[in-house]
Amino acid sequence: MAARGRVRHFGCDAVRGGKRSAIQRWSGLLGTHGDAIWHYRRSRLGMVTAAVALTFVVGAVFAPWLTPFAAAGRGVPDLSNRLRPPGAIHWLGTDELGRDVLARLLFGARASLVVAVGVVALSVLVGVVVGALSGYFGRWIDEVLMRITDAFLAFPPLLLAVLVAASLGASLRNTVIAISVSWWPWYARQVRAQVLSLRTRPFIQAAQAIGAPSRRTIAVHIVPNVMAPVWVQATADIGAVVLTAAGLSFVGLGPRPPTADWGVMIADGRHYVLSGQWWIAGFAGLAVVVVAMAFNLIGDVMRDVADPRTRGQLR
Amino acid sequence: MVPGARTRIERGGRGGASLRRLAMSSLVILGVVTITFAVSRLVPSDPASLYAGARARPEQVERVREDLNLGAPVMSQYVSYLGELARGDLGVSFATKRPIAEDLRRFLPATLELALSATALAVLIGIPAGVMAADRAHRLRAVGIRLLAVTSVSMPVFWSALFLQLFVASKLEWLPLAGRIDPGTHFATPTGFFLIDSVLSGSPSNFLDVVSHLILPVLVMAAYPLGLTIRLVRSAMLEVLASDHIEAARVAQVPWRTVLWRLALKNALLPALTVLGLTFAYSVSSAFLVEALFAWPGLGKYFADAILRVDLPVISAAVLTVTVVYVSVNLVLDLLQIRLDPRVVLS
Repeated sequence: MAARGRVRHFGCDAVRGGKRSAIQRWSGLLGTHGDAIWHYRRSRLGMVTAAVALTFVVGAVFAPWLTPFAAAGRGVPDLSNRLRPPGAIHWLGTDELGRDVLARLLFGARASLVVAVGVVALSVLVGVVVGALSGYFGRWIDEVLMRITDAFLAFPPLLLAVLVAASLGASLRNTVIAISVSWWPWYARQVRAQVLSLRTRPFIQAAQAIGAPSRRTIAVHIVPNVMAPVWVQATADIGAVVLTAAGLSFVGLGPRPPTADWGVMIADGRHYVLSGQWWIAGFAGLAVVVVAMAFNLIGDVMRDVADPRTRGQLR
Repeated sequence: MVPGARTRIERGGRGGASLRRLAMSSLVILGVVTITFAVSRLVPSDPASLYAGARARPEQVERVREDLNLGAPVMSQYVSYLGELARGDLGVSFATKRPIAEDLRRFLPATLELALSATALAVLIGIPAGVMAADRAHRLRAVGIRLLAVTSVSMPVFWSALFLQLFVASKLEWLPLAGRIDPGTHFATPTGFFLIDSVLSGSPSNFLDVVSHLILPVLVMAAYPLGLTIRLVRSAMLEVLASDHIEAARVAQVPWRTVLWRLALKNALLPALTVLGLTFAYSVSSAFLVEALFAWPGLGKYFADAILRVDLPVISAAVLTVTVVYVSVNLVLDLLQIRLDPRVVLS
């Protein structure tokens, strides 16, 4: 029913009447931003990019079952099939060791997903702890923690990660650590700013007044209330992390062979580009671009949704 | 948030504000030095064997350990590290055994030429494009520009470089594939900036040669900062466009173009000053990818080679140098903003 679809857009139970949908109930978990998911669904761009992002995640998780060339994806060479162009059997061609490029891409998505989720999780963890302590206690604790944060933020992007990755040695785990080291300060800043405005709210003061220990106040009252924007930022950041990780592995600071990795595929494939075998580096790079772009756009739409001024213009 | 809570005049007026920024920047640099020290000397499980290289014999590793004073307590190592830095001594490369400070000085102009050109391109195109992206009167154009912006921040530089090389340089042969000048071109290089040097040489063909080599790497390098500039200017513009004085101007029937390009842009440009710093930062950090691909003999290629050889002293020295330059650039921009903005806004 078209008319009902219209009303839905207001995302307001009073207008719609009736039962709340699953999404609406679930979105209540996001607190004051609960409406956001509702509005997000109105955005066509938002839905398309969410589908792309979902494809990336599904492809990564189910990689071994999605391709007949799972062995190639894990790195087993097939030297009789070297550098085949895209065709009926190998849809995206094969690489210099005869491995199916699509299979390598799917398995490479696993590396990207692991790095992205790992970095975001680690950074959110550290960032939330530092930001909450800093914002809640203020005074010298705030001063010390924020100066440390500033020092980490002072490094141009990528450089600190390169330094850490180079000292730790190249591996998937170290890539996660290296990028996280340069990523957490952004969350710390964001969380601190929110805690500062939250600290003066009555329910926090009430908790303090009845003598709740600080630990409990922070864990139960502060942190859950600052998480919504953090998750928005974290989602949007996944694309940027994938891009950064590709950069690291391109210069040889990523996972070691035979692990499939997009950055490594571009690095290895680039030697064949100028001689006409463009598909290895070409498709690997395309994968990075599409995933980075999808998450960037999701972030954009989420921000537009959160801002009532731009909410009306969504398409 | 209470209205106006974000805008406050700093105690001590502008002089005080400037001094405070200066003190803050020195503190940040100390922090950066500490982090670099910690990461490069303390994080590796055995720095000495890493420094000495994979194929070093045990006695070589021992010698390195002694040379680097790695047996000493951490604090005394840290103090001597600070002392060396204060004297401008960045250590010695383990691959080439050359003093790093000298190498950096030699390679810096080539990278600056690239980074400054990219910054200029990103800002000169990015600011007008950002204004257009905020212009609701031309919706299609705005959407197109936003799409361009999001594409350019999602593209790995090493990938766009590769395909520009394939199509523009290799297939079409419009521009040179790599390098700074043709092997056959020679001219005196007193400044190290080939754009200037080639003009000084008085030969237009030299200048054209330099420019044609610059185009591709600069395009690749400018892409990310360009997208960033567009997005930042757009959001600054949207904020300004929602304010009362813009509403008043529209009610007073001031032409939309004047509103957009004069009234709004004037107020949006100041917050966008920070864009300059960011643009520079992104240009410099992508330099090591771009230069390696274009065989550009600069800091970035030097850095990329060091990464391949795990030449840790070079990596940490280059990171430190670039970071200090970046902090200084930001400081200058901050001070400029304090001078230019009568409100001395602190956020």
